[in-house]
Amino acid sequence: MRAPVVVIAVGNPSRGDDAIGPELAERLEREALPGVDVIVDYQLQIEHSLELEGRTLAVFVDASVSAPPPCSVDVVRPERDASHSTHSLSPAALLEIYVRCTGRQPPPARVLAVRGERFELGEPLSPAARVHLEAAWAQLRDLAAGPARD
Amino acid sequence: MTSSDSLETTSRPGLRRVAIDPLTRVEGHGKVTLLLDEEGHVQQARLHIVEFRGFEVFIQGRPYWEVPVTVQRLCGICPVSHHLAASKAMDRIVGVDELTPTAEKIRRLMHYGQILQSHALHFFHLSSPDLLFGFDSEAARRNIVGVAATYPDLARRGVLLRRFGQEVIRITAGKRIHGTGSIPGGVNRSVTDAERGELRAQVGQAVDWSREAVQLVRRLFEQNLEMYRDFATFPANGLQLVREDGALDLYHGGLRARGSGGGTIFDHVDYSTYWEQVFEEVKPWSYMKFPYLRLIGPEEGWYRVGPLTRVTGCDFIPSPLAEAERRDFLAFDGGSAARATLGFHWARMIEMLHAAEVIAGLLDDPDISGGDLVRQGERRGRGVGVLEAPRGTLIHHYRVDEQGMVVRANLIVSTTHNNEAMNRAVREVARRYLDGRQLTEGLLNHVEVAIRAFDPCLSCATHALGQMPLSVELLDADGSRLDQLVRD
Repeated sequence: MRAPVVVIAVGNPSRGDDAIGPELAERLEREALPGVDVIVDYQLQIEHSLELEGRTLAVFVDASVSAPPPCSVDVVRPERDASHSTHSLSPAALLEIYVRCTGRQPPPARVLAVRGERFELGEPLSPAARVHLEAAWAQLRDLAAGPARD
Repeated sequence: MTSSDSLETTSRPGLRRVAIDPLTRVEGHGKVTLLLDEEGHVQQARLHIVEFRGFEVFIQGRPYWEVPVTVQRLCGICPVSHHLAASKAMDRIVGVDELTPTAEKIRRLMHYGQILQSHALHFFHLSSPDLLFGFDSEAARRNIVGVAATYPDLARRGVLLRRFGQEVIRITAGKRIHGTGSIPGGVNRSVTDAERGELRAQVGQAVDWSREAVQLVRRLFEQNLEMYRDFATFPANGLQLVREDGALDLYHGGLRARGSGGGTIFDHVDYSTYWEQVFEEVKPWSYMKFPYLRLIGPEEGWYRVGPLTRVTGCDFIPSPLAEAERRDFLAFDGGSAARATLGFHWARMIEMLHAAEVIAGLLDDPDISGGDLVRQGERRGRGVGVLEAPRGTLIHHYRVDEQGMVVRANLIVSTTHNNEAMNRAVREVARRYLDGRQLTEGLLNHVEVAIRAFDPCLSCATHALGQMPLSVELLDADGSRLDQLVRD
């Protein structure tokens, strides 16, 4: 039996504020919340669609350079988008792949986008990102604990 | 990271930083400039991949034993290739020239798992939309979601093949990402019986699906032979590793270079002195270097790496199904597919089949569960590790001081090797498809298809952020911009 909630956090821990996703995931893993699976990767890829099976909620966590600081939470639904031509997928495209490959609707999903500023290789989190991360942590705990409502 | 804005860096004019949408991941961007002469013909085509030389600085000053883990942070697309290339270099640093049989086979299992999952991603995710729907088809359809909508079984196979390769990596590296399985002098874990059984249950399907993927590319060539044969095609030298007997070997071997006519330039060269064969030229208009073969010289010594070079340049593939497909590929239409730029896709699927066969063979080998994992030797100051990563030859070169700290690092990634070849591919496309002085969506599509055949790993080569895969600029004879198209 799979945990009902899956949190998929993406980012490169060695690229400055791109580490926001992995850092939040690490905190969540330490909490060991019942009913929550935590997955970390550099980017979303097609195989992450398999992680949606049997869930009641999916939460995507990522750094953002356009989200209003400190962070935003948005509903995301299956959709084709323009992210196909890069080496990665958007959450909406990932949900759409799930629909197309399984013939079923995916679980309700949210994107937690945390504002970041600097993304150079080898840099630590920026001071601003640390502040945003704390605000996002509270949001993430609420998301992981509560049922989804679209 | 997420965004929609773009920034101009103040410290390096012209280097553009483009923010990325949620989860279009850390990636660089490419820009193509086409320069017309006074008659309006394409005089020059340049692919600019914006490179920030941050690799070496990131690695220098770290203890050598950390490097195989650290370098995985350089690239989110092929971290295992960096993990293993660095491990091979650090084997030399710790004085180990030959691993234990278990360590050698565990690393090979990891590497071929990486090849399989990367090739599956490339074909099913990045290339199949172009190939199945056509280069001129609606852009909104030419993506993996479009494939999933029209060919759901194909899309599902891509997802599951990718997952299988990643399970191989997880079991051999300890984790699916940020693995620690390979260490200087060997590995730190072997495969349990339960893990072996788990992979064995899936590998037959992986072989079957890989074989069918090869046949799918063959049919695509048959259905549109002229276009597939001629698209962005040009003669090229090739560089690759081969086994002592000339067989395809993606993990280890000697360097082989062949000319565009198939003649041998050098063969079975020890890669630990690669710089005696390859020189990295700097050009003022590009942040990325242009390597060439010293024996041929800077004008004609550029070369191509990757699946097409490897499959056509080896003497044979040491697994029966892939070898049969290689022979079929070489014989197809008098050898035209083996010379075609789009032949990369066919060769890539042959390699995916080979990887599945290698994994199947290793899963039957008792050595992968052995307990003799690490060797030690006398410390050295310099180590070079080379392997054939999914996109081509990957070179890691380190110097380490007496305290064990890295004092110098040089990495040559496959996208850098292919720099000039990709420029030529773009030039061929521009000459054929550029319509007068106006850029068209069709031209942009075709440029993308040509570049995608090489599968450049922009995040690896550039270390820059951006969602924009490509922009094309058209310049007149005095360099003024006439037109621009941006894919965002």
